[in-house]
Amino acid sequence: MNKWLTPRSTLGLVLVAAALIVLPFVVGMGGQAWVRILNFAILYAFLALGLNIVVGFAGLLDLGYVAFYAVGAYTWALLASPHFGLHLPFWAILPIGAVFACIAGALLGAPTLKLRGDYLAIVTLGFGEIVRIFMNNLNAPVNITNGAQGITLIDPVVVGQFKFSATSTIFGLTVTGPQKYYYLLVLLALGVILVNYRLQHSRIGRAWQAIREDEIAAKAIGINTRNVKLLAFAMGASFGGIAGGIFAAMQGFVSPESFSLIESIMILAMVVLGGMGHIPGVILGAVLLAILPEALRYAVVPVQKALFGEVLADPESLRMLVFGLALVLVMRFRPAGLWPSPERRRELAEKTQ
Amino acid sequence: MSAPVLLEARAVAKHFGGVKALRDVSLTIRQGEVYGLIGPNGAGKTTFFNCMTGLYVPDGGGFVFAGAPLVADAPHRAAERGIARTFQNIRLFGNMTALENVMVGRHVRTRAGVFGAILRNGATRAEEAAIRRRAEELLHYVGIEDCADDLAKNLSYGDQRRLEIARALAAEPKLLCLDEPAAGMNGAETAELRVLIEGIRADGVTILLIEHDVKLVMGLCDRVAVLDYGALVIEDVPAVVQHDPRVIEAYIGVAA
Amino acid sequence: MDILFQQIINGLVQGSIYAMVALGYTMVYGIMGLINFAHGEVVMIGTLVAISIVTLLVQSGMPPALAGAFGVAGAALVCMALGWSLERIAYRPLRRAQRLAPLITAIGMSIVLQNLAMMIWGRNYMTFPPLIEKTQYEFAGAAFTSVQVMIVVVAALSMSGLLLLVYRTRLGMAMRATAQNPAVAGLMGVNANRIISSAFVVGSALGAIAGVMVGTYYEVAHYQMGFMLGLKAFTAAVLGGIGNFAGAMAGGVLLGLIEALGAGYIGDLTGGFFGSHYQDIFAFAVLILVLMFRPSGLFGEKTGDRA
Ligand SMILES: Nc1ncnc2c1ncn2[C@@H]1O[C@H](COP(=O)(O)OP(=O)(O)O)[C@@H](O)[C@H]1O
Ligand SMILES: [Mg+2]
Repeated sequence: MNKWLTPRSTLGLVLVAAALIVLPFVVGMGGQAWVRILNFAILYAFLALGLNIVVGFAGLLDLGYVAFYAVGAYTWALLASPHFGLHLPFWAILPIGAVFACIAGALLGAPTLKLRGDYLAIVTLGFGEIVRIFMNNLNAPVNITNGAQGITLIDPVVVGQFKFSATSTIFGLTVTGPQKYYYLLVLLALGVILVNYRLQHSRIGRAWQAIREDEIAAKAIGINTRNVKLLAFAMGASFGGIAGGIFAAMQGFVSPESFSLIESIMILAMVVLGGMGHIPGVILGAVLLAILPEALRYAVVPVQKALFGEVLADPESLRMLVFGLALVLVMRFRPAGLWPSPERRRELAEKTQ
Repeated sequence: MSAPVLLEARAVAKHFGGVKALRDVSLTIRQGEVYGLIGPNGAGKTTFFNCMTGLYVPDGGGFVFAGAPLVADAPHRAAERGIARTFQNIRLFGNMTALENVMVGRHVRTRAGVFGAILRNGATRAEEAAIRRRAEELLHYVGIEDCADDLAKNLSYGDQRRLEIARALAAEPKLLCLDEPAAGMNGAETAELRVLIEGIRADGVTILLIEHDVKLVMGLCDRVAVLDYGALVIEDVPAVVQHDPRVIEAYIGVAA
Repeated sequence: MDILFQQIINGLVQGSIYAMVALGYTMVYGIMGLINFAHGEVVMIGTLVAISIVTLLVQSGMPPALAGAFGVAGAALVCMALGWSLERIAYRPLRRAQRLAPLITAIGMSIVLQNLAMMIWGRNYMTFPPLIEKTQYEFAGAAFTSVQVMIVVVAALSMSGLLLLVYRTRLGMAMRATAQNPAVAGLMGVNANRIISSAFVVGSALGAIAGVMVGTYYEVAHYQMGFMLGLKAFTAAVLGGIGNFAGAMAGGVLLGLIEALGAGYIGDLTGGFFGSHYQDIFAFAVLILVLMFRPSGLFGEKTGDRA
């Protein structure tokens, strides 16, 4: 018997599950655009939890995480689109994408993980830029990535005859493409949550925490710090690769523009803002940061009209301005994140005494 | 006297810029003994530990441990081979509980990897349970089982020292190196520590002890080496070392 | 042969700009260990402020060179105030927070400044009015302009000024002491807050000058220009060994040279496979390579962990 399954927590679980199941239909009443936003929120949660293994657990500052996301996305795009005329099934591409991303992570990590934290940050950042520049330019002399135009007509996820991109009727219920992807994403997200949770409470998870706390002591007790860090890096990269694949399939289109540095920064901000290393916090951070800019998109114009009677500032930049301010303010007033783990909060309280 | 050699240091040298922290130090530690390493502050004792455990790369010489050379610059290998240590200025994982500190100390003697952790299969669960059990035993062994769930940084100073020893023991060392374990302890605590060290030795672990408390060293150690300005002055039984004029000079020279 | 010489000149000019910006990163990092991501934005604002001032003055009949001087002064003042406020408002409250909090704040400020700039100056590219007569010179088959000469000279002068400040004044001594060991410097009566503020102010002033240089060199400016420039400059600082003044200067010049030479020769080197649009890769590729073999940068001291 599991000690977590008290009657109360069971009830809670059932409620959460029910909410997760009806959510896309509730949101869908406001239009499919909102379901897509919701999907992106979950995709970002998935990415953030992948990065959480690297940053939150192993304490490695990775500013180029989006590179692995890009590797996954382009793997899917190249293996399942008219670009090369390949149409591999999803169960083959997704693991291939994960493996490629993992290899990229290991290749980058092996020589650089011994660098001290901030140097690692800039090296990973540089790597992210390198990957993006290659995607942008590998259309000549041999056209691999189709350059800045990107790759279009990418196959959606298809299981047997079941196409995730199309609307279909299941048991008399009309389910749209985005709604189907929603369930797929929720499943994947649950998977990455489980992985995060289990890793955290494992031999490897303890080793990560030990390295974060005191690397020298960790070495002295026999942890091969380089390999253990590499493990975190490669794991995080693999999850980035999987997310990239789903992204490509969901969008039907990839281009280098989706993988710019700001994207890496966003994902890192989700992890830190939510509460590094704390799984619920990271999810909260991801969902908030994914939805906030979109919500602002809808709020900025009406609010200005209500306040000043006219649109004074360009809505796009105002929206990003508010977003930037939100980052600053959250760090100012909750430096451990919005929902830090109890231990982190305690650490912080003691430090400021 | 006839016990086999466990660790042999061969002309180990280490310098930091102009400071010669170790000048061709050679010494031999035999299996089962408690070996004392003493010397004034700055004599190079901690540096010797750091070289031996792979945290520093010696500029000359090397170590042979249990019949095979130790690879320089590979602390995790040293731990795997059976060398565990504590630090002069305690280095615990402050935000992990006492129990977790000892559990992570089991790292080299366990093997569950990422896949084991994710799948949480039978073997992994069994190993995890064994890690926990052994960690609890060790906390009990050093006498701080009541603090198992406290964060390491919240333990009292003496308990932190004990926890560090428990963490080192978790790696099942052949050689346990203690860097000034009694520093900052009062008389009663030192006496308890002595009992603990004797117990560890009785369990068959060889001990290398850096200590300033001369009474503790002379009472506890089978043999003692004295370092001064990075050079080995003498290596002998306590009774001889105690009365060696060079040792007296080394200590008085500093005191003056 | 002459492309070599030409690219060296181009690299030196670009490198001087990187060096000036890199100094801003290195000063702040050396003293408080923070990657001030918003520094590139400060430079961008310097450029745009200078454009506004110079355009206004030139339109009202002032000679361009004089207007340029006012432009530099105005940009420097605005940037110094901006740098100072950034530290006071955004970073100081986070001094004791976890390591990543100030980094996220810096990123947030960077976003804020970029979008503020866009609201003030608009989305479009702005032309930077010419400050001096642009004459072409030729030397050993390579062409260069008076603007390029001016950039290198001003950069050299500013950096000499900085070195004088750092090595010849009490403030500079206190800065170096704080960078070495904040706790000890504090004990010796150095006011850490003042030092940190000064680092931001001085770094921002250099950034403003660099901003004007970029403007006169490329003749256009844009609210997004600070990002890549900042990134490259930070790379230069790391390349030289972050926290090290001479390292930042050398790293900047080196990076400029590598980029220029790389862009000039990559086609030949790879048999035409890679073209010059791979230019941006060099900065990062070289950075990764250097750090692999010299983990503290080219001129950084080896900081072995003390066990
Ligand atoms: N990482 C280091 N960098 C520079 N000097 C060091 C370092 N470690 C030790 N030293 C110097 O080496 C000498 C020996 O130090 P140490 O081994 O700590 O002495 P002990 O432990 O005997 O008191 C001292 O002069 C000390 O300052
Ligand atoms: Mg010592």
